[in-house]
Amino acid sequence: MESKFWLVAQREYLTRVRKKSFLILTLLVPLLFAGFGVFIAKIASSDNEEIDVVRVLDASPDRIGSRLEATPRLQFIPLQGTLEQAKKDYRKTDDAGLLYLPPTLTAQQPQGIQLYAKGNVSLRKQSAVENALDKVLAEEKMRGAGISQEKLDALRSSVDVASINLDETGQEKSSNALATSGISYALALLIYMFIFIYGVQIMRGVGEEKSSRIMEVMLSSVKPFQLMMGKIVGIAAVGLTQFLLWGVLSWGAATLVAPLVLDKLNKDMPTATTTTAPSSTATTEGTAATTGDKNTRFDNQMGTMTTKPGGMFQVLGDLPLGTILFGFVAYFLGGYLLYGALFGAIGAAVDDQTDTQQFMFPITMPLILSYIIGVSVILRNPDGPVAFWMSMIPFTSPIAMVIRLPFGVPAWQLALSLGLLIVGFVGTVWVAARIYRVGVLMYGKKITYRELSKWMFYKG
Amino acid sequence: MQPILEAIDVRKAYAQHVALDGVSLAIPEGSIFGLLGPNGAGKTSLIRIITQITAADEGEIRFRGQKLNPEHIAQIGYLPEERGLYKKMKVGEQLLYLARLRGLSRADATERIKNWLTRFDIKPWAEKNVEDLSKGMQQKVQFIATVLHEPSLIILDEPFSGFDPINANLIKDEILELRQRGATIIFSTHRMESVEEMCDSIALINRSRKVLDGTVTDIRDAFKTQTYVVEGKGRLMVVHPDFEVLEHKERENGFFQDRIRLHAGTTPNDLLRYLIGNVEVHAFREQIPSINEIFIRRVRETMPETLVELEENHR
Repeated sequence: MESKFWLVAQREYLTRVRKKSFLILTLLVPLLFAGFGVFIAKIASSDNEEIDVVRVLDASPDRIGSRLEATPRLQFIPLQGTLEQAKKDYRKTDDAGLLYLPPTLTAQQPQGIQLYAKGNVSLRKQSAVENALDKVLAEEKMRGAGISQEKLDALRSSVDVASINLDETGQEKSSNALATSGISYALALLIYMFIFIYGVQIMRGVGEEKSSRIMEVMLSSVKPFQLMMGKIVGIAAVGLTQFLLWGVLSWGAATLVAPLVLDKLNKDMPTATTTTAPSSTATTEGTAATTGDKNTRFDNQMGTMTTKPGGMFQVLGDLPLGTILFGFVAYFLGGYLLYGALFGAIGAAVDDQTDTQQFMFPITMPLILSYIIGVSVILRNPDGPVAFWMSMIPFTSPIAMVIRLPFGVPAWQLALSLGLLIVGFVGTVWVAARIYRVGVLMYGKKITYRELSKWMFYKG
Repeated sequence: MQPILEAIDVRKAYAQHVALDGVSLAIPEGSIFGLLGPNGAGKTSLIRIITQITAADEGEIRFRGQKLNPEHIAQIGYLPEERGLYKKMKVGEQLLYLARLRGLSRADATERIKNWLTRFDIKPWAEKNVEDLSKGMQQKVQFIATVLHEPSLIILDEPFSGFDPINANLIKDEILELRQRGATIIFSTHRMESVEEMCDSIALINRSRKVLDGTVTDIRDAFKTQTYVVEGKGRLMVVHPDFEVLEHKERENGFFQDRIRLHAGTTPNDLLRYLIGNVEVHAFREQIPSINEIFIRRVRETMPETLVELEENHR
């Protein structure tokens, strides 16, 4: 008996894996992913990593311009000559702006400073330049007031705010809400996609068997339950194979292709690599940061959304990884079995693929809802009442709970939710098997919900 | 001899109607058995119980004296009325799959598939998808799938519908060959004339009830009407105390064809003697009722209320 189930699962697996469409999809998706990743990397780098180069024509008596300090995003290049000449030269370059410090400029009279730029100067750029100037002028004033250079150095500080998560036990964790959300989001999407794609495949598979009229031959050899479960398990194996191949190929694409693509990308961005401004140590640091970190950052973007590469690993280390992995596998399988059985039942109940719509709706509804509410409400408030109830109901828990997992879920809630999920999928599999058993041999009948409910109580 | 299959008082009801109402049958081992009756009589319901697709509500099926159980699946071959194969699966793989589901080992199945494909001249097609095959070839594949595991009981539901005449003959020959080797065959059909010359025994089913069963010879004997068809030349007496002319047809040049029923106590030889003395006899044969006629007569006797629908059905 058991071996028949495996024969069925094996057939479902092999016929699908050997299809051309499987091969094409398997190759295409990682390429799309890689392309998408490069695209994101490009957007991110052009947005964040670009270094604004500001030319400085310094006519001030105290040489304030030479003391302007570069930041990772902002560099200053000192110029000589007249303002007219500087403006003319500036127009030929890609630099962000031209800063003119007039001869009248002193710390006491900070007026007449002009920032020339092509187009409008963004607020960010302007405030960055103002900050740099402020610093120099403030120092100048303090020096005028008699404060020594040593004291000035001692006063300086670089502020970096790190957010720390204080949990109930009083343990401190460095939390990165965005990275955690990213993991939640990715896990939920994975489960959602898997259930949808392969659930529909189950439905189609059953529909095909029905319309090709092979059911009766099959059922004289195999029990309907074996046939249904064999198909569900076989297709799950197809899905896992596909996801595994996607993972491996995406990783391969990321490590092999990405450096090549990014090299080219860097050549396209002269601001990031070709600036060799003199006298600024920050400049070289900045360049190194952009090229050196790019690969690691790119990898991270493939899997999840992240902000800082270093911070990412820090956050990963602090998350309950074991629980997440266990929970993900459990909800992944439980959710797939629960929905897979229902999709199978729809395939068995209807004759015509177009009739599937009316039955699809009530089944896909909780799935879609749990995803939409999951990535909005639950992600914002993973411990709220919506999150709690949705992670208890078996129809929504596979998605709702994996979203909550990275944020930390009390053990009793996890246990209760898993228990309910098991009850839920045993229940749906039972219902689906009954519908399936009657439905697969029922032709030319318009199926209603009333009819379906009667099938539950048919005898063998 | 013990029957290979027995149905004992089998009852099956669906939500709206009763499909089988106390049906009992015994199918002799090694015979060709006709399960006959109009569409909707309950034949397919009975077959689905025998093939264990569904179960009877009441009653019992016995296979060689044993209560029917899943172990018997390997000994039964079933060609359903609804023919079908996996369209996107190769012929060879499909046969292997179906055979293994029936309990055959991979090696045995591969060997037998090779033999059957060679026998039916479709070996070059083993690597083709089923959907690329002609209808006729698909039918052959379907038949091979039914008998590949060498079942001792083969059930063919409406066996010749959907088969073209050439394949139908091929299948008939194969069926006779299988019986020769000891298999028992059940034909289920509403077209009684298509199988009556092949069947050893039959059961007639109407409106979920068995109306008649037995060997074809016994049934025919029981339903003989002592009617003879006479063809010849000359003038035949219209009235005679020992027999009665049921039908008289005049042909050209004094030829005639009559149907004559003997009265009780009269033998065919009496009639012949009389005929020889009066006319020139060209042909003399007993009129044997067809199974269809017997069926209609039997239904008229036992459940006359269903006659109208029966005739509509037959037409």
